[in-house]
Amino acid sequence: MSESMQTLEEHTSSDYKYGFTSDIDTEVFPKGLNEDVIRQISAKKEEPEWLLEWRLKAYRHWLTMEEPHWPNVKYEPIDYQDIIYYASPKKKPKYDSLDEVDPELLRTFEKLGIPLEEQKVLAGVAVDAVIDSVSVTTTYKEMLAEKGIIFCSFSEAVKEHPELVKKYLGSVVPQTDNFFAALNSAVFSDGSFVYIPKGVRCPIELSTYFRINTANTGQFERTLIVAEEGSYVSYLEGCTAPMRDENQLHAAVVELIALDDAYIKYSTVQNWYPGDEEGRGGIYNFVTKRGLCAGKRSRISWTQVETGSAITWKYPSCILKGDDSIGEFYSVAVTNNRQEADTGTKMIHIGKNTRSTIVSKGISAGRSHNSYRGLVKVGKRAENAHNFSQCDSLLMGDKCGAHTFPYLEVENNTAKVEHEATTSKIGEDQLFYLQQRGLKEEDAINMIVNGYCKEVFQELPMEFAAEAQKLLAISLEGSVG
Amino acid sequence: MLSIKNLHASVEGNEILKGINLEVNPGEVHAIMGPNGSGKSTLANVLAGREEYEVTEGSVIYKGEDLLEMDVDERAHAGVFLAFQYPVEIPGVSMATFLKEAINANRRARGQQELSPVEMLKFIRSKTKLLGMDEQMLKRSLNEGFSGGEKKRNEMLQMALLEPSLAILDETDSGLDIDALKVVADSVNALRSPDRSFIVVTHYQRLLNYIVPDFVHVLFNGRIVKSGGKELALQLEEKGYDWIKEENAVAG
Repeated sequence: MSESMQTLEEHTSSDYKYGFTSDIDTEVFPKGLNEDVIRQISAKKEEPEWLLEWRLKAYRHWLTMEEPHWPNVKYEPIDYQDIIYYASPKKKPKYDSLDEVDPELLRTFEKLGIPLEEQKVLAGVAVDAVIDSVSVTTTYKEMLAEKGIIFCSFSEAVKEHPELVKKYLGSVVPQTDNFFAALNSAVFSDGSFVYIPKGVRCPIELSTYFRINTANTGQFERTLIVAEEGSYVSYLEGCTAPMRDENQLHAAVVELIALDDAYIKYSTVQNWYPGDEEGRGGIYNFVTKRGLCAGKRSRISWTQVETGSAITWKYPSCILKGDDSIGEFYSVAVTNNRQEADTGTKMIHIGKNTRSTIVSKGISAGRSHNSYRGLVKVGKRAENAHNFSQCDSLLMGDKCGAHTFPYLEVENNTAKVEHEATTSKIGEDQLFYLQQRGLKEEDAINMIVNGYCKEVFQELPMEFAAEAQKLLAISLEGSVG
Repeated sequence: MLSIKNLHASVEGNEILKGINLEVNPGEVHAIMGPNGSGKSTLANVLAGREEYEVTEGSVIYKGEDLLEMDVDERAHAGVFLAFQYPVEIPGVSMATFLKEAINANRRARGQQELSPVEMLKFIRSKTKLLGMDEQMLKRSLNEGFSGGEKKRNEMLQMALLEPSLAILDETDSGLDIDALKVVADSVNALRSPDRSFIVVTHYQRLLNYIVPDFVHVLFNGRIVKSGGKELALQLEEKGYDWIKEENAVAG
């Protein structure tokens, strides 16, 4: 039996697998947001003055902004004064070995299927595990350090590499960029920092696991990845979150910078709690992800498999500034029950001979709504820019919706822009054919859906692709028939 | 093997099958012929369990069990195979993956051990070779971009791999040139055995030159109006279906 099919059987009628909470002593700020809260966050993290000022600038600008309502999603208004903006496990994360880590925390990781020790030895994956807001443990650091690679929590980077953080923080997503990015910039708690020096090829996949673990705590992650000339890094981000009745706000910011001939591959499997069948609970996921292909022949590739969250608002983008730079976006977005997703990408062609590829696969089931929103912009000086977009929608059942909003702005007539879009229903013919050959209905659906997503899955690192297939099977459980 | 009694079936309220009676014994090859719209494909699909065909009356007993009570995949596990008139394309699903999953699904259901990847490849290769198929085909998406002949050949490959007890060929010969037709016929003839039965649905007599049936039945207007031996097919070839139509108009 294939792995994905086994999983499907294991999860027949199971509740959200990752819907548990763990009892870790947590230090929590009171609800609400004002300048004092921001000063406290900054003080707690022993930040330099410039960073506090940076946060305050973001906050003051945020106060002047309005929450965007143009996405094709509907949700209850968010009371920003009813959110806790900082929580950290009480024990300070200054461990030399895993033995010193709160055993309860380690058990949490085990439940999530992330046994750190094993991963260190077996998987060849360095894990910067984030529970709530503070980085608890990092691994493989020494081996990476030998190559001059920096992979640490954002807080640590502020302390150890302030010059790099100062140089690049906000250089791709300014703190005034948009409502949620501004909020993140004001209150971000922690995240990951990656720096790959000139000419270095990162020998392992870097990965981070995020987890919201304190009720009512918004999670405001900040990730910054800098790839110097001729370097390469593959970064994996996977998320699971515990079941909650209240909606939880998640507003992350990810910035990528690729210099001449650098290549950053950023893969995400997103499985935040999507809410129950009626849409109660679930994470609000408002994410700003953007990569700057600053250098010539640089390349940034986003691959995402989005199955979770009640509301998703996310457009991983590429600014193709360097001549001959390449931007890629491969996405599978699944919505079921009452989930709503408005996701896509922006490819901004500025440099000459820049190329971009967009492959978006939406799958809608239940009463969900799934929108693709994508912008392809070719600037005046972007000679010979080339974009290819393919946006497919697959409908399962007749109560869901799929929507496509492609935007095209071309200011240079040498540009070549191709767009293909299809919408299909999961075919009764296909199901019957596979079942006639002996496959169970669910296995047949699984096979059809995995085939549909193949172009995206093949962009994922191997172990992530397997996880993505499992998630898809779980997410679409019982959605046909 | 198969006993069909007074079978009535409708699609969207239109009755297509109006009382079919048919007995198929192990090892027999039955040809079902008839003009377009007579219900041939409906019969094939009803036996395979397609949902949009509603059985309104009658019974189908297969190997002593009520076939109509079984789900589509259960029928497959019990050895019912339908070679499709229009094989379906499934993008992104490789032939190799599909064949492996299908073979193992049937093995599991029959209480047999799954084949190891090595055994699987060996097994599949032995059959592709027999059918003269290029192995590269295993990497392609299921039926996607296949020519008409390739699709039918692929149906025969699946039949050979799944080793059914009752194989139903739904106009497998339609649109095939003589070479492809011979491949289909050779596949069927190679599989003929005392415990395996075939129902060959066809519009033309041509296929029956190569697959010699034990019985020929003429389906017209939802009923079997004439049954006989292989010579009946030749008679039809000679006189055409109008002969049947006229005869039934008089009788009716």
